[in-house]
Amino acid sequence: MSAIVEFKNVSKWYGSGANRTDVLHNINLTMKEGEFLAIVGFTGSGKTTLVNMLSGLLEPSEGEVLFKGEPIKGTSLDRGIIFQNYSLLPWFSVYENVALAVNAVYPSWTKKQKDEHIRKYIDMVNLTPALHKKPKELSGGMRQRVAVARVLSTDPELLLMDEPLGALDALTRGNLQEEILKIWSANKRTALLITNDVDEGLLMADRIIPLQPGPNATLGPEFIIDVERPRDKTALNTDPKFKEVRTEILNYLVELGEASKLTQSDTYVLPDLQPKISSGARFPFLKKAS
Amino acid sequence: MKEATIPAKPKSALIGNLKVALSQLKPAKIDFGKSLKKIGISLLSMLVFLCIWHVGAGYLYQVEAQSKIQKALETQGAAAAAEVEACILSGDVSCQPNTLPSPTQVWTAANTLLIDHQDISQKKAEFYEKVAATNAQRKAAGQAAITYTGRPSFIDQIFTSLKTVLVGFLISMLIAIPIGVFIGLNDTLRTAFNWLIQVFKPVSPVVWLLLVFMIVKTLTLNSDLDTSFIISSISVGLCAMWATLVNTSVGVSTVNKDYINVAKVLKLGVGKKIFKVILPSAIPLIFTGMRITVSVAWMVLIAIELLAQSPGLGSFVWEEFQNGANDSNAKIIVAMFVIGIIGFLLDRVMFWVQQSVSFEKAIA
Repeated sequence: MSAIVEFKNVSKWYGSGANRTDVLHNINLTMKEGEFLAIVGFTGSGKTTLVNMLSGLLEPSEGEVLFKGEPIKGTSLDRGIIFQNYSLLPWFSVYENVALAVNAVYPSWTKKQKDEHIRKYIDMVNLTPALHKKPKELSGGMRQRVAVARVLSTDPELLLMDEPLGALDALTRGNLQEEILKIWSANKRTALLITNDVDEGLLMADRIIPLQPGPNATLGPEFIIDVERPRDKTALNTDPKFKEVRTEILNYLVELGEASKLTQSDTYVLPDLQPKISSGARFPFLKKAS
Repeated sequence: MKEATIPAKPKSALIGNLKVALSQLKPAKIDFGKSLKKIGISLLSMLVFLCIWHVGAGYLYQVEAQSKIQKALETQGAAAAAEVEACILSGDVSCQPNTLPSPTQVWTAANTLLIDHQDISQKKAEFYEKVAATNAQRKAAGQAAITYTGRPSFIDQIFTSLKTVLVGFLISMLIAIPIGVFIGLNDTLRTAFNWLIQVFKPVSPVVWLLLVFMIVKTLTLNSDLDTSFIISSISVGLCAMWATLVNTSVGVSTVNKDYINVAKVLKLGVGKKIFKVILPSAIPLIFTGMRITVSVAWMVLIAIELLAQSPGLGSFVWEEFQNGANDSNAKIIVAMFVIGIIGFLLDRVMFWVQQSVSFEKAIA
């Protein structure tokens, strides 16, 4: 298996000079074809920036991001992305939102072929009853399913997911996790999941890499999840291997969290100020009282 | 064991989601008591308004009458003053004080205008009946038909005004929306057009009218087109288009970044990007602009007709003012109400259109 994605000493910052805000620092990462990688990190640690450099919406400030050995320049239909906030077009129905993607990827198909393809993917995420509804009329979970159907219908070689289930309730989240896994295992594409939920990563991924909190976030050590698929949520909780990895990752993250708290408090330099009330000039009422 | 309670049951979850979606779709219950109260308050305030108007008009009438008598007394003596007073009291048309008409006078004037309209329509119908045979002959001979050239009634004037404002509105849309889209899409163009918009937006309708007059007069020198209609509708269009122009360019240039990202990720072409992503996203703002354009067009129209001497409500008001008949003032007030009500109705129509095309709720 060859490397499909490579990050080579990638750094990213916004602005320049005194206004420069560093986000990611010295990211090195290799993804093998067909693997499911999860990157976990705290909110605001630059996860979205990382995934946007892969999708081609952002360019690295330094270093290179390679996809199939070529540096990424702009977006490509080979790399599909599920956005954090669904990003459905509110003026289109469920069908039309998926159709937009299908028309973009398979412009040469006949109308009938496209129609069948669109319906197949909407059915896959169980949204056929809501085919002609607008996103406004759907619940959060349904909207996210549309976003999932939209990406999967384009059959990308690399599936990027930017906290796709972050805004959902536990039940819907569980259902969608299973649906995504089912579809992923059916055609074994490479997948990158960005999440802030360790359990989600543990359930879905082959490998978890924590992202250390920013500024200047960098990747931590990798954790291999050597648990057989399909994974059953209830059975996982009693699996000794799984428990071990889970504890390791959680410990690592807790340490990270505490370390970042410590480094943050270090940066505060308290000014050496003395109260001036002794002179009494500025606060005459204090003088009177004493 | 929280996880144990999460079996794969997408169908039941789906039905739950559907129910939620459906419940959001149900229209809100209309509170009849509340709306009844609202109507009651509106009616009451109208009554109060009419009372104040009536009392005020009566007072002004008295002031005007007294000053008339006083003037006669000073210039012509007591006998003349008594004569004037008697004349005013008798209600004779020739010596009525010229002031704000009372609500009843306005109501009478409105009825007069309606009867006048019926008379004129009848005359018109009779005229066409009379010339029908001649017109058929002229048509066969390839000549233009004879048309009725008599005085237009008040109702005719309303329709002329509506026609002018409609044409003006269409002209402004034809100019403002394409330009708005172009300058919204392109930063360079926006900078190039910015001074033009900033400078010409505040220009008064009068100046636009004169400018259009200069150009159209020369262009239509040797044609038998309805020049005054062309001039007034183009001027209305030019005065009113700015709101749509600015709103369109703002709407197009401030599309939600998420939607642009979708277009980028799906590698949509320029045409698709504009028509499937940018324009739909800008539509609520464009229609807000169009709504403002319609109300500005209607407001400006009256002033322009008044100046351009083109037929319509504006020239009706001006002619009545110049006319100075004893019910002229009342007719002007009738026109005022008609103008106001039509303006309100136009705004409502645009509001409904705006709501029907918008994917978000428009602000009333």
